[in-house]
Amino acid sequence: MKSFTTVQGIAAPMDRANVDTDLIIPKQFLKSIKRSGFGPNLFDELRYLDQGEPGQDCSDRPVNEDFPLNHARYQGASILLARENFGCGSSREHAPWALDDYGFRCIIAPSFADIFYNNCFKNGILPIELDEAIVSRLFEEMYANEGYALTVDLERQLIVTPSAEEIAFDVDGFRKHCLLNGLDDIGLTLESAEKIREFEARWRDQSPWLFGKLA
Amino acid sequence: MSGQTLYDKLWHSHLVEQRDDGSALIYIDRQLIHEVTSPQAFEGLRLSGRKPWRRDANLAVPDHNVPTEKSEREGGIDGIIDPISRLQVQTLDDNCKDFDIFEFEINDRRQGIVHVVGPEQGATLPGMTIVCGDSHTSTHGALGALAHGIGTSEVEHVMATQCLVQQKMKNMLVRVDGTLQPGVTAKDVVLAIIGEIGTAGGTGYAIEFGGDVIRALSMEGRMTVCNMAIEAGARAGMIAVDEKTIEYVEGRPYAPTGEAWQRAVEAWRELHSDDDAVFDRVVELKAEDIKPQVTWGTSPEMVLPVDGTVPDPANAQTGSEREAISRALEYMGLRAGQAITDIKLDKVFIGSCTNSRIEDLRAAAAVVKGRKVADSIKLAMVVPGSGRVKEQAEQEGLHEVFIEAGLEWREPGCSMCLAMNSDKLGAGEHCASTSNRNFEGRQGFGGRTHLVSPAMAAAAAVTGHFVDVRDW
Ligand code: SF4
Repeated sequence: MKSFTTVQGIAAPMDRANVDTDLIIPKQFLKSIKRSGFGPNLFDELRYLDQGEPGQDCSDRPVNEDFPLNHARYQGASILLARENFGCGSSREHAPWALDDYGFRCIIAPSFADIFYNNCFKNGILPIELDEAIVSRLFEEMYANEGYALTVDLERQLIVTPSAEEIAFDVDGFRKHCLLNGLDDIGLTLESAEKIREFEARWRDQSPWLFGKLA
Repeated sequence: MSGQTLYDKLWHSHLVEQRDDGSALIYIDRQLIHEVTSPQAFEGLRLSGRKPWRRDANLAVPDHNVPTEKSEREGGIDGIIDPISRLQVQTLDDNCKDFDIFEFEINDRRQGIVHVVGPEQGATLPGMTIVCGDSHTSTHGALGALAHGIGTSEVEHVMATQCLVQQKMKNMLVRVDGTLQPGVTAKDVVLAIIGEIGTAGGTGYAIEFGGDVIRALSMEGRMTVCNMAIEAGARAGMIAVDEKTIEYVEGRPYAPTGEAWQRAVEAWRELHSDDDAVFDRVVELKAEDIKPQVTWGTSPEMVLPVDGTVPDPANAQTGSEREAISRALEYMGLRAGQAITDIKLDKVFIGSCTNSRIEDLRAAAAVVKGRKVADSIKLAMVVPGSGRVKEQAEQEGLHEVFIEAGLEWREPGCSMCLAMNSDKLGAGEHCASTSNRNFEGRQGFGGRTHLVSPAMAAAAAVTGHFVDVRDW
C-alpha cells in the first residue's frame, strides 16, 4: 500500500451532505475487473452533462461548468473538503479507487460512512473527521482564497492552514501506523497465523457444523 | 458486570486477537462472493502468490450483472449481450475454478441474489460471522449472525487470512412494540426506522432490532429489516434467535443434521441479548404509528407515510437541510406540498435483496390478482430473488397472476435495483421500487426511485400512482 506521511495540496469542495457511493462512481463503471482507471469517472454524473459509459474517452465529453472540480482554480487538488456522512451507501471500493486515481489523498468531513471510511485507509487515503463548525470554516476560507492549500501531517496529526493555524485531528493508532508505513494488512495479519490456527482448531471442536465443503 | 448484547456475544465468540490499540482480529465463518467486488481481490491473491486460507468458507454466485430476460439468460454466460458484463461474470467463474471456490453458476437452479441465496441454502447460519463485498450483507443478521459488508481489500484479506481487522462497534437497540396495522409490512417498519434515526443514525453501531413487532415478523420480514440496517448507517443489523429462526434453518441444504443439529440448536438458543445487557443507544417506535411508507427524495431518510405531502424547503430547520430538500425536489421533479398519492409512476420494480423472497411475491400477487396494470405504466416487472424462489412461486401459480395482470416475470438477479444489466429507468421516469436505495441515478441515469413495500408497489402498478394499501 501507498504510504501517507505529509500531504500538501490544493483543497477542493464537494459541498453537499450524504454524498453516496453511486455519486462518487456510478455503477456502470463497476463492471471493470481492474483497480485503476476510475479517476476520469469520479463524480461522473456531476462532472459531465452526458451519461458516461465505461471505456469511453472522457476528454471530448461535455463538461458541467458549474461543477467545482471543473473550475481552473481547483485543478490538481489533492484534498477534498466534504460534508457530513460522506461515502454512504455501497461497500464498493471503486469509490476510494476513483478518488485516488483522480489524485485525492485526503478527505476532510464532519462524518463518514463506516465502510467507506475503512476502505480509504486500505488505499492510502486519509479520511479526517473534524467538527462541523471547523469544516464549515475551512469551506469559507477555501471559497474566499483562490489556490487555498492545506498541509496534512499524519505523524503529528495536524492540518496546517495557509495562515499557519494548526488543527488537530484524531486517527486510530493501528490505522495510522499502517498508513505511515504503507503496510500491507494481509502480511500483518499473517504474522498472527499461529493464533488464527489455534482459534480455528478450538472453534472447529466447538462448532463443527460451521466447517465442511459446500457442494 | 452487566450482561452481554447479542452483538457482544457474537464478537467475543469470534475474537482471535485483541490488540492494544483497540483493533482486533475477528474470525470469519463464511464469505459470500459475487462478480462485482471480487475480481480485484482474486487478482491481489494472484499477485502476492497467496491462496484462500479455508476454501470451504467461501461461496460464490453471480447476481449483479446477470440478465433477467429469459431469452438472454438461456445462453448462459456466452449469451450475455453486454461484453463488459459478460467478462465480469466469466471472470468470477474463472477465478472460482483457479482458486477452487464453490460457485452457483449463472444458470444453476440455486443461483440468485447473494443475500437471498445464503439463508435459503443454509449457507448462512445463526451464530456465524459472515462477510461479503456488498453493503447489504447486513441481511444475514436476521438469523442471529454477525454479518457485514466489506470492501474489496477486505475481501482479499478474508480470503487470505480468514480474519477481518475490526474495531468493536457500539450497541444500539431499536425496539418496535405493539401490533402493526393490516397492510403495514417489514419494509414500512424499516423505512420508518430510517426516517426516525436518519441515514447516518446508525454509523458506528451494530443495531439489534427487537420488540413485539420484530418477534412477530416472519424470517423473510426480518431479513427485509436487517437488509436496510446499512441504509441507517449501521454495517450490521441483527435479530435474536428464536424458535422461528430455528424452524427456518432446519432442513436447508447446508444446515447441520443429526447430532450436529442438536448441538447447534443448543448453542443457537443462547444467541440473544441478556436481560441486563446495556445498549449505548435505544430507539423506540410504536407499531400503531407506522403507516405504509414511500420515499419522496434521493436518500432513504427522505421518507413519508403514504398520506403525507412532499416537504417544503421553506420549512427546513437548517440551511443545509433546505438545500438538500430543494435539490431532491428538483431531481425528483416534485413540488413542495404535493400529495404522495399524486405522484405518477412510469415503472414498477418488485425485486432486490430487500423484497424478492416468496413472501414478498405472495404479497404483491395478492394485490394484483384479477386486476390489470394501469395503461400509463410502461413496464412493471417482478424479479424473484433466486432460482428457488422462482420455482416456488411458479408452483404456487404466482407467475400466472403477475403475467395475467400485465407484469413481466423475470429470471433471478439484482436487476433494476442498481441497473447494471439492461433493466433500467430512463431519465425522468418515476419508479415504485421494492429495493433499498433511491440515490440519484441508482436505477438508471436521471431515474427517480420511490422505495416502497411489495404490496404498495403492486397497488401502484394497478393505479399508476401511489395508493394506501390499507384501503385496498
Ligand atoms: S439486489 Fe441490489 S442491493 Fe441487493 S445485492 Fe443486488 S444490487 Fe445490491
